[in-house]
Amino acid sequence: MGGRLMSEMMITVNGESRMIPHPATLTDLLQHLDLDPRAVVVELNREIIRRPRLAETWLTNGDTVELVHFVGGG
Amino acid sequence: MTTSQHSTDVIAGDSPLTVGGRSFRSRLLVGTGKYRSNADMVRAIEASGAEVVTVAVRRVDLNRAKEESLLHHLDPARWFLLANTAGCYSAEDAIRYARLAREAGFNEFVKLEVIGDQETLLPDVDGLLEATRVLVKEGFTVLPYTNEDLITALKLEDAGAAAVMPLASPIGSGLGLLNPYSIRTIKRRLSVPVIVDAGVGTASDACVTMEQGVDGILMNTAIAEAEHPVLMAQAMRQAVAAGREAFLAGRMPRREVAVPSSPARGMLE
Repeated sequence: MGGRLMSEMMITVNGESRMIPHPATLTDLLQHLDLDPRAVVVELNREIIRRPRLAETWLTNGDTVELVHFVGGG
Repeated sequence: MTTSQHSTDVIAGDSPLTVGGRSFRSRLLVGTGKYRSNADMVRAIEASGAEVVTVAVRRVDLNRAKEESLLHHLDPARWFLLANTAGCYSAEDAIRYARLAREAGFNEFVKLEVIGDQETLLPDVDGLLEATRVLVKEGFTVLPYTNEDLITALKLEDAGAAAVMPLASPIGSGLGLLNPYSIRTIKRRLSVPVIVDAGVGTASDACVTMEQGVDGILMNTAIAEAEHPVLMAQAMRQAVAAGREAFLAGRMPRREVAVPSSPARGMLE
């Protein structure tokens, strides 16, 4: 992000509105949230983004992101 | 038995439970929900001898980002993770959850749940069939959780289900096997494995269920909510083995009259 004018954008992550620095990729978002990309699955606007594409997928204002993982269940 | 990584619960002369071309070392499958702690869960699963363990897909809690994930406790190299679509009330939702689960990168298996009613958690069979068809087409190995209805089971098999999972009784009820006749009929009529899922409450339930000739049992609450989960897991392991052995042994016929076990001849005058 070096050299660009920093601004912010509003996205929804797991149902909560969040302001995050703009521009940002999904990898940046996970880093921002302190999450290990290997431990979560990412959905952007209802589309699954596979791990190799996280670093090249840019977020835009108003995006909806879901971050899921495995929990205990029957 | 603490060496469950290499040991097997397959009974001598029996074939292992095989689903979607993959064989498993136990006919007992267990869930990972409702345990008091992750340590309790791991100890109970080890005691159960199960290889297949179910997991659910949920949002990461962003306010506790540093929480240890389930996989921190359950080594995916040691246990086969079977993701479920629990909590989904439509085919569309269940398909979405299944796709997310597969993306986690462990396997193509999904325990498909499409629930139709909040109180009973009974399956929505229309949604279940629709989701099964879609997911089979996408290459999933689909294990649908269904009721004890033969026609639905036949349709699920026809739709490409790798196994069919009829309930013993409603999820989390612990009521045991309510309809052994239906379960036997489903087992007799289907070619794919029949794994009874849900409703088992204690070891005798598991034993009676296996005696019907089904290929396996999946349970969660019976172990997790027992006062001593490890002890109940051991009991379930033995009950599943005993029920399987009794089925393979072929039980004696039921009679309405007594037949003496000692000789009638040779009695004193």
